[in-house]
Amino acid sequence: MKIRFVIGLVLFFTVLFIISCESDSSIEFKRYYSEGAQIYQTRCQNCHGKNGEGLLSLIPPLTDSIYFKNNKATLACFIRRGSKDPIVVNGKGFASVMPRQDLAPVELAEVITYIQNSFGNKFGLTEVDDVQRVLNNCK
Amino acid sequence: MNKVFFGLLAISVWAACTSGEKKTLPIYGSRQPVTKTVNGKTVTDTIYQTIPKFKFVNQYGDSITNKSLDGDIYVADFFFTTCPSICPLMARNMLKVYNTFKNTGNFKIISHTIDPKHDTVPALKKYADKLGVTGNTWWFLRGEKEDTYNIAEKSYLVAVSKDSTAAGGYVHQGYFVLVDKQKRVRGAYDGTDPKQVDQLIADIKTLQAEPDEMIVQ
Ligand code: HEC
Repeated sequence: MKIRFVIGLVLFFTVLFIISCESDSSIEFKRYYSEGAQIYQTRCQNCHGKNGEGLLSLIPPLTDSIYFKNNKATLACFIRRGSKDPIVVNGKGFASVMPRQDLAPVELAEVITYIQNSFGNKFGLTEVDDVQRVLNNCK
Repeated sequence: MNKVFFGLLAISVWAACTSGEKKTLPIYGSRQPVTKTVNGKTVTDTIYQTIPKFKFVNQYGDSITNKSLDGDIYVADFFFTTCPSICPLMARNMLKVYNTFKNTGNFKIISHTIDPKHDTVPALKKYADKLGVTGNTWWFLRGEKEDTYNIAEKSYLVAVSKDSTAAGGYVHQGYFVLVDKQKRVRGAYDGTDPKQVDQLIADIKTLQAEPDEMIVQ
């Protein structure tokens, strides 16, 4: 009887812990995502477009999940430093200039969370710690 | 039921009336009355400010003057290829104008770079290529920086400079300026605002429908 009660209690708290943990990270996700949407609108949308569609051969779209996956380890560096090297997105070559974006690590994490979970992408949360680790290794 | 019927009737009558109304666009810039004698009678005419002579070079390396636009309705704007903020947005909106009118004839777009040092002829050609712009409907022009600023501020942007208190700087604000076949400014639109660009497209159609006798100078 007592044992059962203890087991029940432990189970109860485990479940509670998991639930609250999950909703914690989903609240975190929502916060990052909506902050990221703001940053995107003011800093990126003019170029990359409202729906991440890019602009013909001038500016690449943000719809290439494979590009994101392959460049996961450097994306924060790329956005912060900008780019003038030719790149390939959705199988199409681009050779334009993206100016450097002076964003704090947390802002980078937010905007990355936004673009990587919009326009058909689904990568989940990128946290500030993830970004910080990437930034420490920027070339 | 009756109420609905009369309501609809009223709306359709109103719609018929308003759609029949002809819209004319304002003419911007200074104007001068001149009197002359026609058949022994004195008549007063108005001389409107027009875009003066100019000479620039386009993305193909061809020399483009005011004469190259004779008989055309055109839209002018000011940009530079490496502009980080509003230019891509302007390009996106101007493409809409381009795609609407590129096959109509007597229509042109001229985009003046305000950074001729960096925007060489090959750089302008590359930019045009990336936007998928071919042929001679949309020219990207470069010239002396001074000439470009001069014509911008004194001629094209009169429409916006008149009712604004801020001095200068319009060149950087992304206006699309509509010019008629007589080289008079007929409108200025915020090239970063899709709604105003739709209005520009509508106004170009209005200009195209303007009778030709109004055009003799
Ligand atoms: C002035 C226009 C401009 C702005 C502003 C801009 N970008 Fe870019 N972006 C570009 C261009 C051009 C490239 C391609 C660069 C190249 O060819 O090397 C690019 C490439 C990228 C790429 C990699 C390729 C791709 O399409 O996936 C990402 C990711 C990206 N930008 C994200 C951002 C984010 C996030 C912001 C805002 C914080 C931003 N950009 C702001 C023009 C811009």
